[in-house]
Amino acid sequence: MRAKIKVTLKTGVLDPQGKAIEGALGHLGFGGVGEVRQGKYFEIELAETDHAKAREQAKAMCEKLIANTVIENYDIELA
Amino acid sequence: MKSAVVVFPGINRERDMMLALESVTGTRPVSVWHTETELPKVDLVVVPGGFSYGDYLRCGAIAARSPIMQDIRAKALKGLKVLGVCNGFQIITEAGLLPGVLVRNKDLRFVCRRVKLKVENNRTFFTNRLAKGAVVSCPVAHGEGNYICDPDTLKRLEGDNRVVFRYAENTNPNGALNDIAGIMNEAGTVIGMMPHPENMIEPLHGKTDCRPLFESLLAA
Repeated sequence: MRAKIKVTLKTGVLDPQGKAIEGALGHLGFGGVGEVRQGKYFEIELAETDHAKAREQAKAMCEKLIANTVIENYDIELA
Repeated sequence: MKSAVVVFPGINRERDMMLALESVTGTRPVSVWHTETELPKVDLVVVPGGFSYGDYLRCGAIAARSPIMQDIRAKALKGLKVLGVCNGFQIITEAGLLPGVLVRNKDLRFVCRRVKLKVENNRTFFTNRLAKGAVVSCPVAHGEGNYICDPDTLKRLEGDNRVVFRYAENTNPNGALNDIAGIMNEAGTVIGMMPHPENMIEPLHGKTDCRPLFESLLAA
């Protein structure tokens, strides 16, 4: 099984990289671009075949390492 | 005073830190490799600056989960003195020894310059030789030193006098909340700071402003 994990900054946490990307999109002439937020994406292969257990395992990974829950949210998708 | 300096792959300020500790305390610190599982018996452990694991994932995140950090964490909770400088501050924060997090500098630039550092709390093991409110010159060199935390944590840090250092005279180089440059835990046994006092203690450094910080270790 594969865990696909998206890590995003929580609302209100300053994202200077997103801001810089927002500016660059403007320089390229893209109109109508609102706020840009940058995140991270992970794919983790798991030996676990049980859906619920795999989710639990991925969740523990996020809490312990993949995300810093002070500033980041995470979203797990199993495939 | 016996001390240990922890070394991770990608750390590069460990020699400066060891020299500073030896120069002031007269005792050579023990260097501890990150795969070790037990610290030698010391009075202080320093997590130095650098770029552990190339700042992969998040600065300090991988180092914070290394074998030696488990022992440091356990002993810190029992009162062992811990000082984290720059990447070391990021590492001990990621390890949960201090609240909040250090994120990318507000203007996205790596800063390498001197700042004015104000001692906000002089009743700590690293500041007791300076007066409260004293301002010293100190170098900074980091890309992710912007300290942030939730409003409740900030209130507690400020209310409990746990902000140890603040950037003074408009020299905040990274956008840190309330100009915070260094904080401590509730017990006052763990201190983390972004600037590099170990690089301002010899005449060759240009100034010796930060020598009293290391001298404080002798009294603590």
